[in-house]
Amino acid sequence: MLKTIRGTVLAMLMGLAALGAQPVLAQAATSTQTVTPNPGAPTASPAAPAVAAKPADIQHLAPTPGVGMPTDHIGLQPQYTVIGGEAERFHDYILVPMMVIISVFVLILLLWVILRYNARQNPTPSKTHHNTFIEIVWTLVPVMILVAIAIPSIRLLAHQYSPPKADLTVKAIGNQWYWTYQYPDNGDIEIVSNMLKEKSEVTGKEKARTDADGPRLLAVDERMVVPAGAVVKVITTSNDVIHSWALPAAWVKMDAVPGRLNETWFKIDRPGVYFGQCSELCGARHAFMPIAVEVVPPAQFAQWIAAKGGTMKGAKTPDSTAGSPAAAGKPASGPVPTDAPVPGSAAKPATSSQPAVAQN
Amino acid sequence: MTDIAAHPSHFHAEHGDEHHHDADHKPAFFARWFMSTNHKDIGTLYLIFAIFAGIIGGAISGLMRAELAHPGIQYLGHWYEMLHGAGTADQAHHFWNVLVTAHGLIMVFFMVMPAMIGGFGNWFVPIMIGAPDMAFPRMNNISFWLLVPSFTLLLGSSFFSGGTGPGAGIGWTAYAPLSTSGSPGPAVDMAILSLHLAGASSILGAINFITTILNMRAPGMTLHKMPLFAWSVLVTAFLLLLALPVLAAAITMLLTDRNFGTTFYDAAGGGDPILYQHLFWFFGHPEVYIMILPGFGMVSHIISTFSKKPIFGYLGMAYAMVAIGVVGFVVWAHHMFTTGLAVDTKMYFTAATMVIAVPTGIKIFSWIATMWEGSLSFKTPMLWALGFIFMFTVGGVTGVLLANGGIDNYFQDTYYVVAHFHYVLSLGAVFSLFAGFYYWFPKMSGRMYNEALGVVHFVIFFVGVNVLFFPMHFLGLQGMPRRYPDYPDAYEHWNTIATYGYMIMAIGMVIFFVNVIYSLLAGPKAPDNPWGEGATTLEWTLPSPPPYHQFEQLPHID
Repeated sequence: MLKTIRGTVLAMLMGLAALGAQPVLAQAATSTQTVTPNPGAPTASPAAPAVAAKPADIQHLAPTPGVGMPTDHIGLQPQYTVIGGEAERFHDYILVPMMVIISVFVLILLLWVILRYNARQNPTPSKTHHNTFIEIVWTLVPVMILVAIAIPSIRLLAHQYSPPKADLTVKAIGNQWYWTYQYPDNGDIEIVSNMLKEKSEVTGKEKARTDADGPRLLAVDERMVVPAGAVVKVITTSNDVIHSWALPAAWVKMDAVPGRLNETWFKIDRPGVYFGQCSELCGARHAFMPIAVEVVPPAQFAQWIAAKGGTMKGAKTPDSTAGSPAAAGKPASGPVPTDAPVPGSAAKPATSSQPAVAQN
Repeated sequence: MTDIAAHPSHFHAEHGDEHHHDADHKPAFFARWFMSTNHKDIGTLYLIFAIFAGIIGGAISGLMRAELAHPGIQYLGHWYEMLHGAGTADQAHHFWNVLVTAHGLIMVFFMVMPAMIGGFGNWFVPIMIGAPDMAFPRMNNISFWLLVPSFTLLLGSSFFSGGTGPGAGIGWTAYAPLSTSGSPGPAVDMAILSLHLAGASSILGAINFITTILNMRAPGMTLHKMPLFAWSVLVTAFLLLLALPVLAAAITMLLTDRNFGTTFYDAAGGGDPILYQHLFWFFGHPEVYIMILPGFGMVSHIISTFSKKPIFGYLGMAYAMVAIGVVGFVVWAHHMFTTGLAVDTKMYFTAATMVIAVPTGIKIFSWIATMWEGSLSFKTPMLWALGFIFMFTVGGVTGVLLANGGIDNYFQDTYYVVAHFHYVLSLGAVFSLFAGFYYWFPKMSGRMYNEALGVVHFVIFFVGVNVLFFPMHFLGLQGMPRRYPDYPDAYEHWNTIATYGYMIMAIGMVIFFVNVIYSLLAGPKAPDNPWGEGATTLEWTLPSPPPYHQFEQLPHID
């Protein structure tokens, strides 16, 4: 069954690539079968016999308080990308002082006229209503201040739009009301990411949130896992209404618009868990479709990909006889063509630290 | 251009004639208030309407602040049950979106705009330019009365299906596809039709103001001698005339996408949801200046009056408003920095948006220069005007921050944006509304308001709104998204404080209403000009309240 699902996902991605300008059509046509919101059954569930021999999922990281999540401090969330650092400095050292100085300057002028030119202090008003010099000054000085802001601002934009070559591409797809993450570089695996409910709210076999998953309303059952130090290209789109994929600790926010593929990127070196929340009104559960990105060491990432049934870039995929036991465990060589046949659950990348056990 | 003030002494001969009884003959109640063609009566209707809508919109924000005081869903389910019977959690959450949508639409279209343009604009533009009435009195009447079915449609929509639950939960921006395929049911159609009617009302009003101001100024009143409030309404009317048809087109396409199978905003049929955002914000950005420009005009008069000095840099003030209006049309996509715009587009909109800070700065500094070496008295309207200048400055500088496209990858759709636009609207536009209300209350009602209650209202409201909205900057800095009924626990501290701020503000509003009711019933009789030599515009040459028809003989301006 899982194989069929993966096949459909791949077909869908190929359709996407082929359609190019109108990707949403392919997606809309297949998504109903492949993208099943099922918070009760995490995709990594080892319960199904067909995947019993899959490599174990990695030991997931617990989030660090105050990192990649909001606190009640006054100020920006700590930044963990180069772009975030640049933007944070621009904000902290240029924009905030500019705002404070201008506001305080206006306040001082107001207090001065209130104290000095009230009717008691100054019973006879002057009749001045014009002074060309001062008017030129208060036109040109703001212009100069704005130019001083515009230079680092434009530079920041230029840097944001000059990403290094991507090491990994992840497609973040918004749905009402959860995110799915597709890894086209890694055997087209798809992760369905639902918010974890509180212990008091879960019913049946649903997994309840623990502190190791993350704070309330931010923790998800399946995080988007990426390797540390890798340039991650994120392509956002949506299956229904507009959502927005946000990761404040990486200074990233990109709308997920149905019918469009938007691209953004980040590179986080520090392993850890970073949270964000949907940032475009998308209906009833807008507040309940968080984003959780887990940055792990590269080896762990490979293991996670394997656990999810994907392949690592650089690992050789099995021959056309997909799923044949002989194909499993072959040494890695050459890149994985994205249009490769679907690797069955038996196909395990050699880079995985787990023993690849063929079955089927 | 040397002397911009109209001197009351010049008109004594003329307005002496106005007290004969023909000028004050009023129709019977129904004809006067329901078939009105009198600009002052229509202005009064607009003000009553705006106060009524403001109470509803303000009450909705009270519901929202109550729910947001602490993390978790406290009240939404109960409110939903009270209105619609038992429902699911999703329906309660949808109800939150209905509240957010209603608050935004009511405050923009049914409170600020009717009060500023319909209310004070109608009341004082004709008087200030020395005209007997508006150019098209019957059109003026339909402008007002279109708002009533419009508001009824919007309020009524909350009882019809809007997708997940009853009501339109699409945000005041009504982004497609949430407002098309995302919200089946009649509620959103009703909300869209409501906007159509409100838009038609405003377009008719704009045509009326433009015609009146361009053609009916008293002899001798050139554009460069026209009071700044009339200037501000003229610029606003042009913005309305150019922006609202675009909104009408955008939401008409929403309607046809919803009901007639078109795909303007549906990628599956070759359309694009982003097209809607471009059209909406081409209207929406000028709209924010529509809401603030008349406030600029009012504040100018109040500052000048209570400083006993003419406006400093009158021409600069007038043309700064024109510049804001013009540039306001070419900056719309700064609302869309995270929609996937190209980098060059973002650079352009970043730079263009910052340009607006220049004319705005000219206005701020000119107001301060008007007070400089003046003789200031701190009557209630002046307090509101001073509060306006500072609060608008604070909202303005955060606007400069948000203008940076690269910064918005963090701030877009966070509470920082909510804080920013409430500083320029709830503390900017609303402060100017209160300033204008106290300033002209004696003229409109013929009675003085209570000064002590006015000052107390100002102090409490000033403290309240700052406690309410300033912490939202901190929430935004930590990334709290807008339009959330529940939030991670880390945001609790400042949310609780913001809710306290709402309570303080609400007390201020109670004092306001006490003052209005008391003053209308028992306030001392107002003289023609209660503000003294600083008040130089034409309305102060007339009795308080003015005769039913003023200027049967036109004043002459030197």
